[in-house]
Amino acid sequence: MSDATEQSGPMLAADGRPLKASLNRALRRQKLRALMLIAPLLIFVLVTFIAPIADMLFRSIENQIVSDTLPRTTADLADWDSETGELPPPETFEALYKDIFIATERKLHTRLGSRLNYELTGVSSLFRKSGRKVEDMGEVYQDQFEDLNDFWKKGENWSQMMGSDDWNAAMAAWDDRSDTPQPVFEPRSGMAQMLPETTEMYLTFADFVQNEDEDNLAKEDPWAIVYSALYTDLGNGADVSGYTGPGSRELQEAEATAGEFEFVDYPAAFEDIDEDWLDIEVWQTIQIYSPEFTSGYFLNAIDMKKGLDGAEMRPENEQLYIKLFIRTLIMSLVITGSCILLGYPVAWILANLPARTANLLMILVLLPFWTSLLVRTSAWKVMLQQQGVINDTLVWLGVVADDSRLALINNQTGTIIAMTHILLPFMILPLYSVMKTIPPSYLRAAKSLGATNWTAFWRVYFPQSVPGIGAGSILVFILAIGYYITPELVGGTTGTFISNRIAYHISSSLNWGLAAALGGILLAVVLGLYWAYDRIVGIDNVKLGG
Amino acid sequence: MADTSNADAFVEFERVQKSYDGENLVVKDLNLSMPKGEFLTMLGPSGSGKTTCLMMLAGFETATHGDIRLDGQSINNIPPHKRGIGMVFQNYALFPHMTVAENLSFPLEVRKMGKSEREEKVKRALDMVQMGAFGGRRPAQMSGGQQQRVALARALVFEPELVLMDEPLGALDKQLRETLQFEITNLAHDLGITVVYVTHDQTEALTMSDRVAVFDDGRIQQLAPPDKLYEEPENSFVAQFIGENNTLEGVVKEMKGDRCLIQLDGGELIDAKPVNVTAAGDRTRVSIRPERVEYNKERLSPDAHTLKAEVLEFIYMGDIFRTRLRVAGTEEFVIKTRNAPDVERLRPGQQIEIGWLPEDCRALDA
Repeated sequence: MSDATEQSGPMLAADGRPLKASLNRALRRQKLRALMLIAPLLIFVLVTFIAPIADMLFRSIENQIVSDTLPRTTADLADWDSETGELPPPETFEALYKDIFIATERKLHTRLGSRLNYELTGVSSLFRKSGRKVEDMGEVYQDQFEDLNDFWKKGENWSQMMGSDDWNAAMAAWDDRSDTPQPVFEPRSGMAQMLPETTEMYLTFADFVQNEDEDNLAKEDPWAIVYSALYTDLGNGADVSGYTGPGSRELQEAEATAGEFEFVDYPAAFEDIDEDWLDIEVWQTIQIYSPEFTSGYFLNAIDMKKGLDGAEMRPENEQLYIKLFIRTLIMSLVITGSCILLGYPVAWILANLPARTANLLMILVLLPFWTSLLVRTSAWKVMLQQQGVINDTLVWLGVVADDSRLALINNQTGTIIAMTHILLPFMILPLYSVMKTIPPSYLRAAKSLGATNWTAFWRVYFPQSVPGIGAGSILVFILAIGYYITPELVGGTTGTFISNRIAYHISSSLNWGLAAALGGILLAVVLGLYWAYDRIVGIDNVKLGG
Repeated sequence: MADTSNADAFVEFERVQKSYDGENLVVKDLNLSMPKGEFLTMLGPSGSGKTTCLMMLAGFETATHGDIRLDGQSINNIPPHKRGIGMVFQNYALFPHMTVAENLSFPLEVRKMGKSEREEKVKRALDMVQMGAFGGRRPAQMSGGQQQRVALARALVFEPELVLMDEPLGALDKQLRETLQFEITNLAHDLGITVVYVTHDQTEALTMSDRVAVFDDGRIQQLAPPDKLYEEPENSFVAQFIGENNTLEGVVKEMKGDRCLIQLDGGELIDAKPVNVTAAGDRTRVSIRPERVEYNKERLSPDAHTLKAEVLEFIYMGDIFRTRLRVAGTEEFVIKTRNAPDVERLRPGQQIEIGWLPEDCRALDA
C-alpha cells in the first residue's frame, strides 16, 4: 500500500514489471485458453454455417456469367444506345456469333440462357436454338476454305501452321498414350500480328482442346469459327506475303481468292435462327445484365425489374414476392399469437403445480420434441384432410354436413394449425422458466392490497411474465418465418411461405441468385424486427430462464 | 385458553382446523380472540401452524373447519381482496416492475381513488417510514431494509384496521432488524392498528408484542403477554421454547397448597410451584430460569432445599457471567449472574450449593 502511494510512475508488480503489463500478460493466457476452447466450434461454425451463408448471399448480387460468357458482345453493347430503338450494329452480331459459338463448344450457352431467362422469358430457348445452329455460320467459310484446298481439311496442317516450331517438335515427340501432360500450345511468332483474329480463335480452341477435352491438339480439326476468323483476317487485309512457314502457299492462295467468298450477313443469319434476335428487348436485357454485379435479383425479389430507366415495378400479374413476404409475416404473427394464447395457460399451470406433477406434464410438453417433425406434420395431414379424423368427427357429431366438409388442409388454416402445434413448446418453455421465478407472494400481495384476481394477474403477474412472452415470441416468430417443411406439406398453394419459394428456386428453378436475394431479404427482415424489438421492449427483458 | 365469546373481540378464531392432505391437521382446534389495537405475535417453530393461521386470516387458505371472524363478521367466504387486511411478506413482495410510488399507489388505484388523493396518501405513507425521497426508485435499487420499509408503507397506505406480517424481518441483519422492530411497534401503536405478527424469533416476539401466542403442533400452547410468558410458562414446551431454561425431572412427593415437594430422579428433594401437577405421584419436569438460581447461601431462606453442584465452565460475557454446572445428574444446568462488584466469579471444579425461591421453580408437565 505504502509502496504504491509513494511511487510516482506506473504501479509495479512484485517482479518490477509495470503492473498493467503483468496483468495483461496474465489475462492474455486466460483469453488464449478460452479462445482455444471455443476454437473447434468457431471453426466448425465458420466452415459449415457462416461461409456457406456468405457465399450464398454473394450469389444474390453476382452476375459475372453474362460478361464471362459473352465478353465480346457485352463490350460492344456498352456503347450501344438502346433507347434509339435501333438494333445493335452488325459487328455486335458478329461478336455475339463468336461468343455463342465458343459458349456452345464449352456448353455454357444454355446456362446463360437460363440466367437471362429469369429476366426475359424465352431467352433460354433462344440461346439453346442459337447454340445448335451457330455452327452453320462458321461452316459457310469452312466449306469454302476446304473446297479451295484440301490443306484446310486437316487439323495437322492447322496446328503446324499456327503452332511454333518448338511446340510442333514437342508435340511430335509426345506420346499420346503416356501419362505425361500434353505440351502447352504456343503460337508461332508473328502469327498474332499477321492473323490476329485467327490466332485468338485458335488459342481459344487450343486451350479448350488441351485443357477441357484433353484431346491431341496436333490432330484435332479446328472449330468452324477459326475459318470465319481467318476469313475476317484476310478480309481485313492481312499481309501474308512475308510468311514462309508451313502452309504459306495455301495461305497466299486463300488470300487471293477470299475476296470472292460467299460471306455471312450476321444479323440476317441470326434472324434465320430466330426472329427474336431482331427483338430489341433481347438486346436490352443482355445490355442491362452485362455488369459483373447486379441488383436485378433483389429487384426481382421485391417484384421489380430493371428497366431502361432504372428499377420499375413488374406488371400486376407477375407480382408474387411482396405478397408472399407479407403473407409469411402475417401468418408467422398469427402463429406466434396462437402460441401465446395456447402456451400461456399451460406454462402457468406448469409453474404453479408441485414439482412432481409439473415434471410429468413437462414431459408431455416435450414429447413432440422427441418425435420427428415429418411424422408430426404427416399426422396433421391425417387429422385435417377432408376425409380425415377431424372432419369425420364433426360430420358424425352433425356439426358439419357431409357434403360441406371443412377445408382444413392445403390452405392457410392447415399451416397455422400444424405450425402452432409444432412451435408450441418453444413458447411454453421460456414462459415456464420465467413464470417459475415469479414468487406466488406477488399475487397474494396484490390481492391483500385489494386487487381482484383479474387485476392482480393483469397488473402484477402479467407484466412480470412479459420477458417470457418476449423470449417465446422471438423464438417462435423467427422459427416460423423461415419454416419450410410444414407449409410445404400442409400449406397447399395459399398456405406456403417465402421459404418454400426459396426452396423452389434452390432445387427446381435453379435460380440461386433469386433464392439468395429472397433469403437475404428474409434475413434482413428478421434482423430488422429483432432490432425493433430491442428498441421497443429491450432485449435485456428477454429471459429464457431464471 | 382464549376467551371465545369476547364481545369486543376484533379478530376471532373459533374452533378452526386446517388440513392440506385430508390426513393430518396442520391447525388443530384454534381458538383466539384479539381486541382492536392489539399487537399479537404468533411464535413457534417451523411447521407449527402459525403461518397457516395467518394465511387463513388473510384469505389465501380456507379453514377446513371452524369460523374466523373479523369485527364480528364471519370472513370465511370473503375473498382476500375484499377483506381489507394489509399484509407484509417476508420477501417484501414489492412489485419489481413498478416504482416505489407506484407500488404504494396500487392499493389506492384498485380502490378507485382520485389521483391527487392518491399522491397525497402515498407521500404521507412514505414519510411515515422515512422513505419520502425514494418514491421514484425501483425495488431492485434499494436495500432489504429500505424495501421492507416500503412494503410496510404499502400495507398501511390504504389504512387497513388489521395488518398481518409474515416474518417481515427474517431476511435482514440483526442491527437493522432491531431498528425496524422498534419502528414497527411504534407505528402500530401510533396508528392504533391491530397487528398479527408471525415470527420464529422469540426475542422479536417478546420485545414487540402486547401478547404472544406460542404455537406448537397445530395448537396455541400459551397465549400471554411477554412477561407472563417468560416468567410463568404454562407447560414445558413454552418454558423450553422461550428463553434459556434449566430442566430437572422428577416425581411429585407432596402437595401443600401453592407449593409442592419434588423428588428428583437422583433422589434429591426440591421445592417448586405446582403448575401442571395435581397430585402426589405425578411425573413432572421442573423449570428454573438461569438468572433465578442463587448460590449465595445468605440470600436463600434457611429452610429452602438446596442442591449440590460442581462448576464445569465459567463464561465471561461482559454484562453477565454464564456458568455451567453439574447438578442432579445433568451437565447442562446453567446459571446467569449479573456482573457486579459483589458477585463471586466461580472457577471450574468449585463445589457450590444452589437454591431458588419456590415460586421461581415451576413444576410442569412431564
